[in-house]
Amino acid sequence: MAELLRVNNLVTQFKTESGLVKAVDGISYYIDEQEIIGLVGESGCGKSVSQLSVMQLISAPGEIAGGEVIFEGQNLLNYHANGPEMRSIRGAKIAMIFQEPMTSLNPVLTLGRQLTEMLQLHLKMNDDAARKRAVELMSMVGIPSAESRIDDYPHHFSGGMRQRIMIAMSLSCNPKIIIADEPTTSLDVTTQAQLMELMKDMVERFHTSLVIVTHNLGVVARYAQRIYIMYAGRIVESGTIKDIFGTPRHPYTIGLLKCIPRLDEEEGTKLVPINGLPPNLINMPSTCAFLPRCSYRLDKCSREPWPPMTAIDGNHYIRCYADTKEK
Amino acid sequence: MTERNTTVDEFQEAPPRINEWRRFWRVFLQRKIVIFGLVVLFLLVFSAIFADLIVPYDPYIGVMADSLESPNSTYWLGTDIQGRDTLSRLIFGTRTALMVGFITVGIAGIAGVTLGLMAGYFGGIISMVIMRIMDALMCFPMLILAMLFAAVLGGGIQNVIIALSIATVPGYARVMNGLTMSIRENDYIMAERAMGSSNARIMLSHILPNSLPPMIVLVTLQLGMIIMSEAALSFLGIGIKPPGAAWGAMVADGYRYLTYTPALSFAPGIAIMLVVFAFNMVGDGLRDALDPRLRGIL
Repeated sequence: MAELLRVNNLVTQFKTESGLVKAVDGISYYIDEQEIIGLVGESGCGKSVSQLSVMQLISAPGEIAGGEVIFEGQNLLNYHANGPEMRSIRGAKIAMIFQEPMTSLNPVLTLGRQLTEMLQLHLKMNDDAARKRAVELMSMVGIPSAESRIDDYPHHFSGGMRQRIMIAMSLSCNPKIIIADEPTTSLDVTTQAQLMELMKDMVERFHTSLVIVTHNLGVVARYAQRIYIMYAGRIVESGTIKDIFGTPRHPYTIGLLKCIPRLDEEEGTKLVPINGLPPNLINMPSTCAFLPRCSYRLDKCSREPWPPMTAIDGNHYIRCYADTKEK
Repeated sequence: MTERNTTVDEFQEAPPRINEWRRFWRVFLQRKIVIFGLVVLFLLVFSAIFADLIVPYDPYIGVMADSLESPNSTYWLGTDIQGRDTLSRLIFGTRTALMVGFITVGIAGIAGVTLGLMAGYFGGIISMVIMRIMDALMCFPMLILAMLFAAVLGGGIQNVIIALSIATVPGYARVMNGLTMSIRENDYIMAERAMGSSNARIMLSHILPNSLPPMIVLVTLQLGMIIMSEAALSFLGIGIKPPGAAWGAMVADGYRYLTYTPALSFAPGIAIMLVVFAFNMVGDGLRDALDPRLRGIL
């Protein structure tokens, strides 16, 4: 499959009173056509900020300080953040689904108006055609009797239903990529599963690529083809599902996987937490950010700067000196 | 596997759809005081429009022989020093009051909402410039400022409208600025930007409708306020010029004869009070009916 989006050395920083926060510090990744990738990391590791940067939706005091976002041969960062070129990409080519379905819909407008708005804006549909398409989209994402519910307001819908509407909205202009920023985090587990299935079905049907941003390894394990693990604004390990879950190599990934209960382990096995806290992103040292919490650390780690992403086999990359294979 | 089923069965039976207009009227007319306010406003608007047809006497030319009469069967509310019928002047005063009220609120509202929306949405230097000017205007009490402008521009209905508009713009701008700043931070605005909406579209079709309920309440309260301020300006003699009929001027004319024919001052005074009260009540009712956050509760 052809490469659709490539992000190179993206840096996004926030100027705060206590110093410069590099929320995203030189991340690079790519996504192929019709591929599902997962971007996994804990709160505050920069995964959402990186995605907002791709869409150029970072507002002051944040700024994109460097890097490039190549989409369809163009560097999106060359476009003015609110210019017509960028606006014609947002929603139409790259759509986004947000974390909070309860607040992501305008409470005073009917769902129909919000669904048709994008169709009219990007596809220049007339009222009737847009409304017809909106009803289709609503039934596609599993809203029963869509015809009669299109004039409902968001408060008539539950969280899961609203997220279905968000999915319908993101699909409405048949985008190339959908970025789902923790799409199921605020929903209960059964709804989560339904919605993930729905999203998978939909991206297959619409031949769309999907970026799942989450802190939940379980969510990506089932749906993504490749995974990027983020820590403190950088990607520390990337690889296919098999690489990450079968042979994790970065100490952070190994630590994360040890935190998750597995069905195949012996009874009575204790979960091993990762000690310590994530680092403060202000004035980060050049050495490995995970060093204080790492149980594999070498002398070299505290002397030399964080290594770049290094291939260990095939498409499996890590950013670490330590040999974690043995343990 | 049930979890793969993408239709949610429990939602198959959608609740019966509520007719939003029916709901609006039900909530709006729920309280009797609102109906009372509506009736008062309706009568006022009616008498303002058809003032020429319903006045019993000429409001400008009186019968000198009948001056300063107490209310009686000929002159229901008595007459003033020039023998003009108080009721007729009151009815013509309604026209002045409502005209000043609506036009002023219209001009000041549109200007204030636009300024506040821009300041709140764009922030930074735009907000600084707009809001500091508004703050400067706000330093003066509204009535003093209106008096200043009215004194500089001179009397007359047009200048009263201009003076009151300038004096009330900061109120709308401030409220709208605050509303915009809080609405702007909502997730749905970010979602809207992520869909490729332009700033203008976000401001007009997303922030503005969300700020309407408080703005409607403000506008109706302001209507009452403006009418009162117009009365105050006319009372002080810098508003509507004689012989034009204005409630404030009528109170001022009458209070010299307060012990002799109290109706001369009391009638326009009560009219002012009724109008302000009616606008406030209707404003409250509108808020109850229009606020989508109260939907499902009321």
